Amino acid sequence: MSIDQLDAAVATVRVLDEAGELVDGTERPDSTALLAGYRQLVHGRRLNEQAGALVRQGRLAVYPSSRGQEACQVACATALSEGDWLFPTYRDAVAIAARGVDPVDVLSMLKGDWHCGYDPARHRVAPQATPLATQLLHAVGVAHAARLKGEDTVVMALCGDGATSEGDFHEACNFAAVFASPVVFFVQNNKYAISVPLARQSVAPSLASKAVGYGMPGVRVDGNDLGALSTVLGEAVERARRGCGPTLVEADTYRVEAHTNADDATRYRTTDEVDEWAGRDPLTRVSAYLRGVGALDDDIEAEFAADADRMAARVREGLGVDVAPDPDELFAHVYATPTQQLVQQRAALQGEFDVEEA
Amino acid sequence: MTAKMTMAQAINSALRDAMTADDSVVVFGEDVGPLGGVFRVTEGLTSDFGEDRCFDTPLAESGIVGMAAGMAMNGMRPVVEMQFDAFAYPAFEQVVSHVAKFGNRTRGTLRLPMVIRIPYAGGIGGVEHHCDSSEAYYAHTAGLTVVAPANNTDAYALLRAAIESPDPVVYLEPKRHYFSNDEVDLAAADSTIGRAAVARKGRDATLIAYGPSVPVALAAAEEAATEGRDLGVVDLRSIVPFDDDTVCEQVKHTGRAVVVAEAPGFASVASEVAARVTEHCFHYLEAPVRRVTGFDIPYPAPKLEHFHLPDTARILDAVDELQWEEQL
Repeated sequence: MSIDQLDAAVATVRVLDEAGELVDGTERPDSTALLAGYRQLVHGRRLNEQAGALVRQGRLAVYPSSRGQEACQVACATALSEGDWLFPTYRDAVAIAARGVDPVDVLSMLKGDWHCGYDPARHRVAPQATPLATQLLHAVGVAHAARLKGEDTVVMALCGDGATSEGDFHEACNFAAVFASPVVFFVQNNKYAISVPLARQSVAPSLASKAVGYGMPGVRVDGNDLGALSTVLGEAVERARRGCGPTLVEADTYRVEAHTNADDATRYRTTDEVDEWAGRDPLTRVSAYLRGVGALDDDIEAEFAADADRMAARVREGLGVDVAPDPDELFAHVYATPTQQLVQQRAALQGEFDVEEA
Repeated sequence: MTAKMTMAQAINSALRDAMTADDSVVVFGEDVGPLGGVFRVTEGLTSDFGEDRCFDTPLAESGIVGMAAGMAMNGMRPVVEMQFDAFAYPAFEQVVSHVAKFGNRTRGTLRLPMVIRIPYAGGIGGVEHHCDSSEAYYAHTAGLTVVAPANNTDAYALLRAAIESPDPVVYLEPKRHYFSNDEVDLAAADSTIGRAAVARKGRDATLIAYGPSVPVALAAAEEAATEGRDLGVVDLRSIVPFDDDTVCEQVKHTGRAVVVAEAPGFASVASEVAARVTEHCFHYLEAPVRRVTGFDIPYPAPKLEHFHLPDTARILDAVDELQWEEQL
């Protein structure tokens, strides 16, 4: 299936079914790449579990889990080349880690140390956006600047189903299409915006079908199928790199856990529904397929798990260290050079400490 | 080298000179391309610099500002135009939540050197949504630099400085002066952001104004002089950063101050100036600081705006109330 076909926006692209069987008529995925992706899925799942545990222990204030969405997280990060940019939301910690950012630096924001724990310019990963859809416009700007400078950078812009209701989603899609910007809009349709279900966000035939109104291709893909996601996102990235403009990709997936630890999902959805989606787990189908073709066995599985455990141990250790906050930082970064008023306020705060010490 | 030009032409010159000096400066917005902007401020930029350097966008202000933020992240220096003050409000979330905060959010690793040009304030008989004085919204938002030129030389110099600034700048253009002619000395233009100007020295009282209110304050001082009262005028130029030193030096010299601004006075920049002057100069003051501002109303319809806008009579009435009798 080509992503330029109009029915791609409504039909769902699949490569591996829930049992890990190859879907009829699809090309067999490359086992080596899929195994590498599986390793990332195992890491992503482990990171989601570890972050959840750190919240329960009081080490993190909050964690919006992407459990059940790990295939989306891994595929969007691995579809990019080194010079490309990723624009994540607050639920995309696993994608940022899959892009190569130290998970300790990703999660330190949720520990309350600062608003962003990694250097976005160095990693080409924007700070995690908490307002909805606003970052999509920044993604278009980065992409447009790259095009003006003659660079072949591609920008992967993430959002959820709820964000597609925001005005900035519309403006970003429209700007990107008009300027033929090299952006891939990747919507993880996980069915809920906190408690509000998809049906209250949109009655469009699919979220991907919104692309038609902007004059760009839209594709709906099984969001729990790493093989399908890698194929579709890879094609969308290459299309953008060739100068063919943006693509809207909708992943059909599910937020298995509550919005955050502070949310009670039993108030707005049934356990039957959650169980049904848990049965479509993105890890088990890849593992079943890889075992079926002889690319994965217990030894490799154990090695991946041990790797992931080591990563989790480093995360526990890294986030267990409490760095005393520096009050000077309140004033240091507001402007390139602090204003006279901020210098005075910093001195006044220092004066309070001096009094306390005396 | 001086030249006679309008404020619109002075701003156009600043854009041209900045675009010539630095390839990363790009100009975009609504109607800024072949048309040259509804006020002709960007006239000729597309034909002279090409469509990649000055271009029209879809009609969406959040999109314009959000895209500019992204371009600034990727090494450009965008200068965007909001067509009118009240049409900038759809971009408010981008301005407040991202443009203002990005440098702080990233501990200074990713600053956004961009300029948001906003034709602002009234006095042109414009219909609703075309005459707002929106400076308080921006001045209240930490991380933004906010400037408002009152004359053509400063219009040029402040825009050059705004484009060179590492921080995002809201550049407020007093639209009623777009077509005021003035001698401009581009070479001598002092391009410091954060420095107020003493527009007129005076012994008896200090008028503090910015943007379109500066010429009104100067006219009031002229009128007062004929009545034997010597009023000074401070032109803030830069609302953020605020130049406490220049303002306070003048007020300490005269002991009396009136703040003049078009915006409604409640929770306004004028209120902030009055509070600062009171805090810093209390022992030098002969009278409470007065504010002469617009009323606390939505901007009026064209036939009513002259009731709303501070004029020389209202300024001089306020000056009269600065407890002169106690001096006798």
